[in-house]
Amino acid sequence: MLYGLSQLSYIVASALFIFALHWMNTPATARKGVYAGVAATTIAVLVTWAEPSVIHHFWIIGAIALGFAVGIPLSRVPLTAVPQRTALSHAFGGIAAGLVGTAEYYLRLSEGPEWLTPFRMTALIAEVLLGYLTFTGSIMAAGKLQEVKWVPQRPVTYPGQNVVNGLLFLATIVLAVLIARDPAAAWAPFVFPVIVFLSLLFGVLLIIPIGGADMPTVIAILNSYAGLSAVAMGFVLDSKLLITAGALDGSSGLILAIIMCKAMNRSFTNVLFGAFGQVQQAKAGGETKEYKSETAEGAAQVLEQSSFVVIIPGYGMAVAQAQHKVRELYDQLKKRGITVKFAIHPVAGRMPGHMNVLLAEADIPYTDLVEMDDINHDMPQADVALVVGANDVVNPAAHTDKSSPIYGMPIIEADKARTIFAIKRSKNPGFAGIDNELYFSDRTWMLFGDAKAVIGDLVKELSGGSGMH
Amino acid sequence: MNNEFWSTMFVFVLASFIGLGVIRKVSRLLHTPLMSLTNAISAIAVVGAILITGGDYPLRIRILGAIALFASMTNIVSGFLITDRMLKMFKTDTQGKR
Repeated sequence: MLYGLSQLSYIVASALFIFALHWMNTPATARKGVYAGVAATTIAVLVTWAEPSVIHHFWIIGAIALGFAVGIPLSRVPLTAVPQRTALSHAFGGIAAGLVGTAEYYLRLSEGPEWLTPFRMTALIAEVLLGYLTFTGSIMAAGKLQEVKWVPQRPVTYPGQNVVNGLLFLATIVLAVLIARDPAAAWAPFVFPVIVFLSLLFGVLLIIPIGGADMPTVIAILNSYAGLSAVAMGFVLDSKLLITAGALDGSSGLILAIIMCKAMNRSFTNVLFGAFGQVQQAKAGGETKEYKSETAEGAAQVLEQSSFVVIIPGYGMAVAQAQHKVRELYDQLKKRGITVKFAIHPVAGRMPGHMNVLLAEADIPYTDLVEMDDINHDMPQADVALVVGANDVVNPAAHTDKSSPIYGMPIIEADKARTIFAIKRSKNPGFAGIDNELYFSDRTWMLFGDAKAVIGDLVKELSGGSGMH
Repeated sequence: MNNEFWSTMFVFVLASFIGLGVIRKVSRLLHTPLMSLTNAISAIAVVGAILITGGDYPLRIRILGAIALFASMTNIVSGFLITDRMLKMFKTDTQGKR
């Protein structure tokens, strides 16, 4: 009876998880998704805690309390830090799976090694491998995103790197196969830590050649791995709930990663193993190109005369925390009856959907946030395209320059607008390390400065000058 | 491979298809909260950690479990909280406070 009850509860929890994700299909119902997820997790935790085998309650209470103590502040980070926080949470997920797998192995070794069937052992190795590599890989990713000093932003590559990684991986697999066939062998408890160490190492080596610009995809992939390690745990512990929840997370990460790759027009393998970021060779005999720059005053005048403005946000807006100033600009333009839309490129920012969240935080109605494919249709009608801290996602070289590293990537066609203003901190190239052709178009004017300051000036001009026409 | 293995395999395959189907329909606007939500969901690994930490096992085993439990719990708490915080912000024109 008790077993039936607990299994039923797990089924209910699984159903609630599925509903949770289903409700995420529109912002209107999305919050229900969170409540369903919380309910499901609470049910599962309580039912598991009530198992007769669970006796050390103080430990559990203590760990849960610590979880709250760290989890609550972590949920309050500024929205610009969400990519790093997400990466960090993948690290936590990975280490949890890795540790549970490790504990299970040594436990069963001393209390009944027959339990470690080849299948269970394989699943356990998979859990440990995925868990630990997700742990170190995610920490590296978080470090790159937070721009921590000892984590290099630029891809770290060396000749033969893929070969070395491949050999290491092969070695890990060989050890895994050996230990799965004979988990209780005398040498097994000593080989296991080697597998753990190799997994940890692998996580670092996998992420280190990937540049900061590819982090959106990497985070999605790590999300998927964390889910897969939960699936593996489910196979080890024979828990359909774990398998279901892990599969949901795994497929989510996979789909997002595919979307990111398509949005950059690069394949999975290219992102993971293709060491993007070799500095573009300067074309021989190129003349130095000229930027045209403009003042906030001049730009404001052009904005005032327009009827359709497209704002294109990018990572620079996030860095400058300019989203609230952008909202003020939006208000000023809307007051004059100007149509304002935001063009959101799938990989703008440092994680999928990042721009949407930042703009939503600034209270910009989500109905004015437009997907890349939809906005490109309307770009030729735009009087002004205002590029705020976006770079590679508006670079026309992706269409025209076959030698460019971003060739083939779908972009927001800002170059088709009638006038283009681009706000940029400095003349330095963006993360792709290449020049942006858009800046040299004869319909483009640069507004140099910090995004927040420049937009602040635009707002001042628009609000101050409104009486003077 | 016994019956248990095949039935869990079945569940895995079904769950994967359900996952793909449900996630494909998630609004692009919500990809960031989606990621934090799915991460909180995958922290269901907490049930494994509870069994390890709470069971009648040697101390060093339970310590590993406790660390795992703490890590999962952190993900659960911060994941659901931050997802809700982000979702609260998505408003349409009529609901936005001006």
